[in-house]
Amino acid sequence: MSRIEAEVGKPQGGLMKWIDDRFPFTKTMEHHVTKYYASKNFNWWFVFGVLAMVVLVIQLVTGIFLTMNYKPAAAEAFASVEYIMRDVEWGWLIRYMHSTGASFFFIVVYLHMFRAMLYGSYKKPRELIWLIGMMIFFVLMAEGFAGYLLPWGQMSYWGAQVIISLFGAIPGVGDALVEIIRGDYSISDITLNRFFALHVIVLPLALIGLIFVHIVALHEVGSNNPDGIDIKKYKDENGKPLDGVAFHPYHTSKDLVGIIVFLMIFSAVVFFAPDMGGMFLEHANFEPANMTATPEHIAPVWYYTPYYAILRAVPDKLWGFILFALAVVLPVFLPWLDRCRVRSIRYRGWMYKTALSVFVVTFIMLGWLGLQAATPTYVLLARVFSVFYFAFFLLMPFYTAMDKTKPEPDRVVYHD
Amino acid sequence: MTEDDLDRNRRHFLTVATVATGVVGAGLVAIPFVSSLKPSARAQALGAPVEVPLGSMQPGEMVRVLWRGRLVFVLRRTEAMLAKLPEGTDNLRDPDSTEFAENQPDYAANDTRSVKPEYLVVEGSCTHLGCAPLEDFEVRPAEGWGGGFFCPCHGSKFDLAGRVYKGVPAPSNLRVPPHRFVRDDLILIGQDTGAA
Repeated sequence: MSRIEAEVGKPQGGLMKWIDDRFPFTKTMEHHVTKYYASKNFNWWFVFGVLAMVVLVIQLVTGIFLTMNYKPAAAEAFASVEYIMRDVEWGWLIRYMHSTGASFFFIVVYLHMFRAMLYGSYKKPRELIWLIGMMIFFVLMAEGFAGYLLPWGQMSYWGAQVIISLFGAIPGVGDALVEIIRGDYSISDITLNRFFALHVIVLPLALIGLIFVHIVALHEVGSNNPDGIDIKKYKDENGKPLDGVAFHPYHTSKDLVGIIVFLMIFSAVVFFAPDMGGMFLEHANFEPANMTATPEHIAPVWYYTPYYAILRAVPDKLWGFILFALAVVLPVFLPWLDRCRVRSIRYRGWMYKTALSVFVVTFIMLGWLGLQAATPTYVLLARVFSVFYFAFFLLMPFYTAMDKTKPEPDRVVYHD
Repeated sequence: MTEDDLDRNRRHFLTVATVATGVVGAGLVAIPFVSSLKPSARAQALGAPVEVPLGSMQPGEMVRVLWRGRLVFVLRRTEAMLAKLPEGTDNLRDPDSTEFAENQPDYAANDTRSVKPEYLVVEGSCTHLGCAPLEDFEVRPAEGWGGGFFCPCHGSKFDLAGRVYKGVPAPSNLRVPPHRFVRDDLILIGQDTGAA
């Protein structure tokens, strides 16, 4: 006789028990929230995962409301965005939240990834979390790209032209692939229509699914911490890690502070600098798409420019594509490129510290160069920094193995 | 039935057969879905040939037309422009248009890359990443520029026959679309056989 049959008609334990007998509600809440123990010495670098979730919610909600007035057709798209901006009540706010949210998504995700590099969060046993995270990053890049075509401005059109043409560089199948992506002989109404489908259905679904798996994997092995050590080594009599505190209410209340600060900055941008001087919304995109004239200066939105600078630094179509793709994909292999014994930068030697510092400067410089016109000086600089970019990853097995590390503490370091 | 009675060979065969049938089925079902992503009948119909009247075009003048949504340049070259074509071909990557045979129909695989030397018909789409090149017909010998097309995106350069210069990201000459002269003063772009 099963548990449910045994208790039919006996209202013991109330509604919660009734649910728990049929659905693992309390069990799930405990596993993921109230009895999920994360290290008590988290610093602010550990807030960006939660912030990414906040931006995701902002993007989903504002996105849904935008679809109610947006028209995914070449003849109407540009005008419908103007309509949202001028005639729909609060439409400007919803759209600016969405366009600003896109940039903030990347800011938060880049910082979240940098946190993993600082504290070795991708290292064993968290390799799979990192892999899933990288897949989230790829889907996010595709999502941003598909979304950028939708306003059907000059930059939407020509940016899409350049990026879709990239796939044409693949030998053999390139041209057929490009035709299948566009669904036409050029970027047209048909392309816009399918990019809309990708942007509002396919990619968000993939994103949500991957984020779910990302968190399930994280909660299986436990969160990393600034010391990069295992907090499960020392537990109290109840099996609770001595250096851990429950995600709720402890980490949630700390995260709330981060969320409030984040929303203050986010609101300031939405209200006072929604185009961020052409960085978040490019000025050329305030003109409708014109198939007969490319804008004088064409650059992608800032969050793709580090990779774009690498593409542009290569004076060959196929090799440009290969190095561009390699630059995007290489971080996937970090868990295996990094041969260091310790996770956290606190106990690593000078080599990794130097390499990571150079990498940060390299990434920012490439991002800046990707926004500039391709003058000979800038192309040369982009080549130098491209070499640094690849060297960081490809030389990693050597310098992380040679690096002298400091002894890791037994328990996490924190101040009472 | 006990474990010993199992015919493992038969079970293995059935597993493989089931998986294989499933994979073939999934593959077949994928055909209509992938095909639906290709240019539709309407997209193909809208990609019909376009006519360009040449009657009022002056030497040195260029018109832009859209064929299949792609930009096409029709340039009526002057005598001076044509005279310049054989000069400085050392700086061109593929001056004889032999490397990429698919970039022009056979009837345009000649010194001027055209049916009639006077009229150049090329796609206004950089062979690097598809930006529209800008025309710059002014000759500036000091810069080594004999007039031609310049792509603002990544700096690729082409001469007055759409031939690509060396040392730029574009790998090949500008594409010449299929076209033919219906009359002396009328070009049909997108079709090179049959009646218009």
